[in-house]
Amino acid sequence: MYKKLRLLISLCLLWSLALAALAAPLRMATTTSTQNSGLLDILLPAFQKQTGIEVHVIAVGTGKALKMGRDGDVDVVMVHAVAAEEKFVADGFGTDRIQFMYNDFVIVGPNSDPAAIKGAQSVAEALQKISTSQARFISRGDDSGTHKKEQELWKAANIQPEGSWYIEAGQGMGKVLQMASELDGYSLTDRGTWLAYKGKVELSLLNEGDNKLSNPYGVIAVNPAKHPETNYADAMKLIDWIGSPTGQELIRDYRLHGEPLFIPLLLK
Amino acid sequence: MESLSAASYQALYLLFTGDSALWTIIGISFSVSVRALLYAAPFGILTAFLLAYFSFPGRRLLVSVFNTALSIPAVVVGLTLYILLSKAGPLGDWRLLFTQDAMILGQIFLCFPLLVAMAHSALQASDRRAWETALTLGASPLRALLTILHETRFGLIGALVASFGRIIAEVGSSMMLGGNILNYTRNIPTAIALETSKGSFAEGIALGLVLLSLALFLNILLGQVQGKGEVIQ
Repeated sequence: MYKKLRLLISLCLLWSLALAALAAPLRMATTTSTQNSGLLDILLPAFQKQTGIEVHVIAVGTGKALKMGRDGDVDVVMVHAVAAEEKFVADGFGTDRIQFMYNDFVIVGPNSDPAAIKGAQSVAEALQKISTSQARFISRGDDSGTHKKEQELWKAANIQPEGSWYIEAGQGMGKVLQMASELDGYSLTDRGTWLAYKGKVELSLLNEGDNKLSNPYGVIAVNPAKHPETNYADAMKLIDWIGSPTGQELIRDYRLHGEPLFIPLLLK
Repeated sequence: MESLSAASYQALYLLFTGDSALWTIIGISFSVSVRALLYAAPFGILTAFLLAYFSFPGRRLLVSVFNTALSIPAVVVGLTLYILLSKAGPLGDWRLLFTQDAMILGQIFLCFPLLVAMAHSALQASDRRAWETALTLGASPLRALLTILHETRFGLIGALVASFGRIIAEVGSSMMLGGNILNYTRNIPTAIALETSKGSFAEGIALGLVLLSLALFLNILLGQVQGKGEVIQ
């Protein structure tokens, strides 16, 4: 009786081990805004159909996504923070980085536009108007890609944003848009989150198009020299596939609420 | 992986060097939760007293309602108040959303049921004859009430400590109602959530240590107050 039971248990263990070895999915850390854009729901199933590789997406802030890569907790990282990505590779934690698409940031604000930024020629001019009129500005304040971008833009405009008008929220993009709506404030947002939220908040798109607002995305394999246990082979398959015409065309044709969102960078 | 010990060491360093950003967060946490408890306590204890000492229609139902309310998740309290206080909501004109007052309101609702339930069971265990005797001896009802409260002070202090413990460690409603605004509504729990999402674990651990030491301190204090930690003979 016990023998049979023991045999059964060992068979079960073997079976689950075999299953685990066969179906080891690729773990990808990315940002919440990337996941919220819905693009991955198109890209990853297509990738799985072609290669049989399942990708598990862990959506966190940029800082944490890169940290997970540094710690070897994921196999591949997809983020949009150029300086941080370059440092991640230079420090030896990442390898085989490609920049494969971009979208853009926009400045949104109350419909009444108290700082009169609509019609500003550049994003620097818009930020200047916000800070001189002391109109409320809601910052992500969470060290995310969007937050880093915002800090770059203030710096480029030679403004040190501080004072009671500058509110550091420390929350995700969707939440910050809700706060901007409730507090009648301005905010910098990626276009994807804006398209997803514009029907739910009392805000308008007030400034766009400056090439400083471009937001390039990178995908990076975790360096197997640092973390040999990561799934480097499959990570490379994913990176190559995203850069291939198949992946790039899917990115080009993706629509969110009927509007194109991303522009591929590697399509010949 | 950044080791737990390295992160903890850095956490202690931040705490003891008086890192001002860290201590501002701790200060906001205490100021908000103490105020919430101060608003909730008189009403909570009075409600518990009425429930324990007076019989009126619906009393049992009310006790059950407060006991049920004990298990309402903080995010539900947060969401309900958010909808009420939002610009589009019925109380939107108060413009309270994303202020400390909104956080205090949320914490009052969170600790009130716990306060009532624990104070009620403390008062139920008290001797009703004390109340009657005090009244017969010519004490005013208020004076008699104070006598009862004094008699049950250990149980009542326990209720206050447990309520404070619940609200100071609560993240869901503070995040929704306060908005985690730097130097204004960012308290210990919402800061831990933010630091973790940024991947800076040391700050998260430092704040976690503050909460942990606070819990230890409150429990020791409670033990001291309640019969000085004596073993029942």
